[in-house]
Amino acid sequence: MSFVKTLINGTDFDHTKLNALQKVTLRAVVMSFLFYGLVAIEGMIMRMVQTGPSAPIPKMFFEPDHYFSIMTVHPIVGIFGSTYQLVFAAFMFLVPYLTKKPLYSVKLANAVWLLITIGTALAWIAGFIWQYAPLYTLYWPLPADTEQFKIVGGFVFVIGVALIMVGTMGFIYNIYATIFARVGVHKNKTTKELLISGFGIDGLMNLIHKLTGKPPYSKEPALSLPVVAIFRGTVDTFLDAIVILSAGILVLVYLIAESAGVSWDVHAVDALLYKNWFWWGLDLVADGLVLIYVAGSWYLLATIITGQKLFMENVARAALLLELFVSWMVWSHHLLADQPQPEMMKLVSGEMVTAFELLTQGLALFITLVTLWKARPLKMTPPLAYLLGGLIGFGLAVPAGIIQADMGMNRVLHNTQWISFAHFHIALIVGLYMTLYSALYVLWPLVTNNTTLFSKKLTWAHFWLYLIGGVGMGALGGMAGLDGMLRRHLYVDGEFNTLMVGAAIFGSMVLIAWVIFLFNIVMSVGLKGLVGIFMPAKDPTASYGIEPEPAAVKA
Amino acid sequence: MSFKTSVELLSFHWMAYTIYALLIISIIAWFAYNLTRKERVKSIVRIPFYGYIAFLVAGGVGHHIFTYNTIPWVSEDIMRHEIKPNQTFDITIENHKWTLPSQKMVVRKGEKVLFNVGSKDLTYGFGLFRKDGTMVTQMQVLPNHKNDLLWTFHECGSFDLTSTEYAGPDQYDEHTGKDLMMVKDAVEVIGCDEKVASK
Repeated sequence: MSFVKTLINGTDFDHTKLNALQKVTLRAVVMSFLFYGLVAIEGMIMRMVQTGPSAPIPKMFFEPDHYFSIMTVHPIVGIFGSTYQLVFAAFMFLVPYLTKKPLYSVKLANAVWLLITIGTALAWIAGFIWQYAPLYTLYWPLPADTEQFKIVGGFVFVIGVALIMVGTMGFIYNIYATIFARVGVHKNKTTKELLISGFGIDGLMNLIHKLTGKPPYSKEPALSLPVVAIFRGTVDTFLDAIVILSAGILVLVYLIAESAGVSWDVHAVDALLYKNWFWWGLDLVADGLVLIYVAGSWYLLATIITGQKLFMENVARAALLLELFVSWMVWSHHLLADQPQPEMMKLVSGEMVTAFELLTQGLALFITLVTLWKARPLKMTPPLAYLLGGLIGFGLAVPAGIIQADMGMNRVLHNTQWISFAHFHIALIVGLYMTLYSALYVLWPLVTNNTTLFSKKLTWAHFWLYLIGGVGMGALGGMAGLDGMLRRHLYVDGEFNTLMVGAAIFGSMVLIAWVIFLFNIVMSVGLKGLVGIFMPAKDPTASYGIEPEPAAVKA
Repeated sequence: MSFKTSVELLSFHWMAYTIYALLIISIIAWFAYNLTRKERVKSIVRIPFYGYIAFLVAGGVGHHIFTYNTIPWVSEDIMRHEIKPNQTFDITIENHKWTLPSQKMVVRKGEKVLFNVGSKDLTYGFGLFRKDGTMVTQMQVLPNHKNDLLWTFHECGSFDLTSTEYAGPDQYDEHTGKDLMMVKDAVEVIGCDEKVASK
């Protein structure tokens, strides 16, 4: 087949054969990867600015208004527009697939990706047109500072983020409604049984029973382990959405008052209290949602790749329960450089409880590796390679974060590029995304009805460019942080030129990897197929792998 | 073992983390290689599960014990309300501008100095930097709160001051992007035989 024909028609993808669940999954995946491209370009612009005035980019990017508006929308597009969409898409497919029940509502799933897409676009527009730039941290009272930012920009930004959170609530409702639906295998289960399993309590009880010589508390847990992780992580997703929505309402109230000519005292809201509340919620994304979702994804991928049971499943279930308490109590590590923060909170929440994340994530890494190890020899397929890449990402990023969550280290590393690159960029780009790519390649045959991938060579080119680029960029950026480079600062004279040029080179490898990946996918499904994904599904089935069943709520 | 300055600490940290990073990448690569081999590799060492858990707990907790005992500013920071400083500098920030003491801040090496920084509007940062851009120390500056940093300088030289927290684009020149909160040679530390920091 000629290049043009493949570009138009794909390999053997037929969108008309997809059911409603497959289509809604793919819609969110497409939007996720488009936003990923945008976020990679934004990242590269910022890297280029940091290389100094000779960077081959327009001078407007060196202007603070422009630069910080990019920095503000960068995480919004990356975390919500891309990561949330991809994770939500995967889980809205996986929960029905793993529980053998239909998704509660395909209509709601469609609303989720639309709301998140529109919300992300609005937040981006607020930065692009009105250069609203309080950064994602929204440190009070900066987001309500109408001397630096236009009210309309703040208004559009907050509405955008609010839409994302409403979409998130829709996802949460859909997931829980599906898990708690008493149909199929759960027809005879009670809500209590499902809750006990969802929180991992049955795993803990099994461990206790084993230690005390009693028969197992539950031989067949009501929910499979990946569903438990999704259940648990979604609790944090809900709490995080509540906190972000409350912060948005606060900003909105002040902006509306200002536009009505009433100037309220911003200091009526205590900056430290706000910072604690906001970080408690925001940290649930990083230390709750991401780590738990990722652990669950590792367990699922390890069992699918090996075709065997997970090693130490009860310990894994109990660890998810432990993470419930850990993730809610670690936010203070973001306030170690805040002197008014009580010392006891710094010590207990910021240092000691945070250190437990080394334990919970170390356990997940151990269980995944041993599960793979016991099933050897395995074939090195893309899902296995990406999964190992994801393990490397978190193996590097989690200790980098724990190191900084220390009163001594934080004094000289807080707000430096160390935390930005060595910790969360490696966690997200390498750890999280490589895990998600692994899931994508595992789910690809299921979601696309066994569509042939255009090129395996391109898949491997993507893998190596992405892994080396992601780790390289994180390493050099992290070194710049050790040299004193701040993360939320504008450097226009190439102060950290050498390391930033290196980071830009590795960063461009990540960008090229994305182009290769996108090309491979587009050539597989074809432009017709790509458009077809967004056409209504003829088959209303909201499940996969069981007798066709439409959603509980009509699509 | 004791780290007197951030340069000493971060050099050690750079080395330790680089070794760790290479080790974890090598371990996963070793796993990847042996996962696909038909011939089953024999384990070099057998790590018991509880030994691994103990290692993780010891790593998480031991890290803090290590820094508490080797980094002098940790205990000073925790006990700062009970330590009488040799000098106190009161500083305020408003509209992205510093109001510094009328006289240049000059400190003798080894003296305990209290930086008392207040903000009248936004959240800023207070950060001191060496001439090569490396950070000496910092803290966040929250509006309407007491932000006090007790510091003992173990090195001499002139240090630059700027905000380490983003407080909006007004911190920078709107055309050139220059940092308008940067104060060159804001603090001078004297009393050394040779100047270490201002190389």
